[in-house]
Amino acid sequence: MQEKEVIIVGAGPAGLMAAYKILEAGANVTLIDRNRNLGGQLIKQTHKFFGSEKQYASKRGIDIMNILIDKIKAYEDRLEILNETSVVGMYKDKVIACLKGDTFFKLKGKSIIVATGASEKSIPFENNDLPGVYAAGAVQTLMNEYGVKPGDKVVMVGSGNIGLIVSYQLLQAGVKVKALVEAAPKISGYLVHASKIQRLGVDIKTSTSIKKAIGKDSVEKVEIWDLDPTWQGIEGSEQILDVDTVCISVGLAPLTELMQQLGAEVRYIKELGGNVPVIDARYQTTVKGVYACGDVVGIEEASSAMVEGKITGLNVLEDLGYNVLDSRQALKAYHEELKFLRDGPHASKVRSGYLKRGMLT
Amino acid sequence: MRIKKHPILDFKQKDKVSFRFNGKIIYGVKGDTIASALHENGIKKLSESIHLKRPRGFYCAIGNCASCNMVVDGKPNVRTCITPLKEGMVVENQVGKGKV
Repeated sequence: MQEKEVIIVGAGPAGLMAAYKILEAGANVTLIDRNRNLGGQLIKQTHKFFGSEKQYASKRGIDIMNILIDKIKAYEDRLEILNETSVVGMYKDKVIACLKGDTFFKLKGKSIIVATGASEKSIPFENNDLPGVYAAGAVQTLMNEYGVKPGDKVVMVGSGNIGLIVSYQLLQAGVKVKALVEAAPKISGYLVHASKIQRLGVDIKTSTSIKKAIGKDSVEKVEIWDLDPTWQGIEGSEQILDVDTVCISVGLAPLTELMQQLGAEVRYIKELGGNVPVIDARYQTTVKGVYACGDVVGIEEASSAMVEGKITGLNVLEDLGYNVLDSRQALKAYHEELKFLRDGPHASKVRSGYLKRGMLT
Repeated sequence: MRIKKHPILDFKQKDKVSFRFNGKIIYGVKGDTIASALHENGIKKLSESIHLKRPRGFYCAIGNCASCNMVVDGKPNVRTCITPLKEGMVVENQVGKGKV
């Protein structure tokens, strides 16, 4: 079994930033990702980021991805990239089991960073398993990464930022967005995104939900209905939409399977997206030497994931005995950046989640 | 339905890749995953659910949910949404759990 210095599972914004910090200080990194491309979900994010300049605000996700990849590729001699590789097991002695194609192998790390991110949730409705019912991010992948349209006519379910942004990106790809339905009485994402798609003719229907998808082997029509103030569907308010695709954008859940299999303590914190690993202020899990950062510790934006990656990277370096110049000051500054990113009314959920976790950085 | 014109992204024409789906030869392009190539060919049904035999397509497209599992070159449970398409691949709808 090969021994590695730092193993990072997941090459999204958190994993890439952690890798960069660690490589910069002179240590070796093995970066593992199940996809062919590095960058995680940044690859499909064609919109410009909000937030602060320190996290590349006003740049497109896909451009940020290239910046991060260039940063780590500068240290090629100490960087090992294992792409198209799935980590299928993780153990307390910091051994991980990997699968690349048909090849199974084990690695042991001095430190491990888990930056596995999150996956999209679904909601219950009749025929929600019919082909043509896709997660909004999946449609984004299909369009922006592979250049394939998901269908001709779409109904979007959910008005969070992903729902709003993907609706816009569907329009950019030449797909009709017939309606966007939101179960809550008001739009939950940024109004600037909502206004943009409204101006382009997307009908945003609040207090409305999907009742069922209709079709034999794939979606042919969709039935929507109005919801009363107790979120129950109102009989008689049903409407048929002529669409071939349903996009579900109802939030994300952290990918904590590896954490649970490892035996790291996991807690359910609704505001952070569900089950999340218990971490200390250094982003270390309850298993010594195993760290976690990014969406896997709580659903936020890519900008906070990048900052968490930097913090985790510096803390791992400390464990390994590397002397990083001004490490303390840098950590303090990064925690300040997180505080800034978690400010404002849209981040109130994350703040209460971190309060429950007992760490408000 | 490939995107031809896009305000931000530049989708260049790519080389064709031929593969077999349920016995029939069809085409994707270089850089496709199996699932994206099938979708481009109008094939949304990738497998059948184990007990009720309901049609299944992909859901997450990032290799997580297993809804896109198919039989590829005789091997079942291949996550077609993250598996790059290769010339000459033999892809089939998966029925049930698949036999190894």
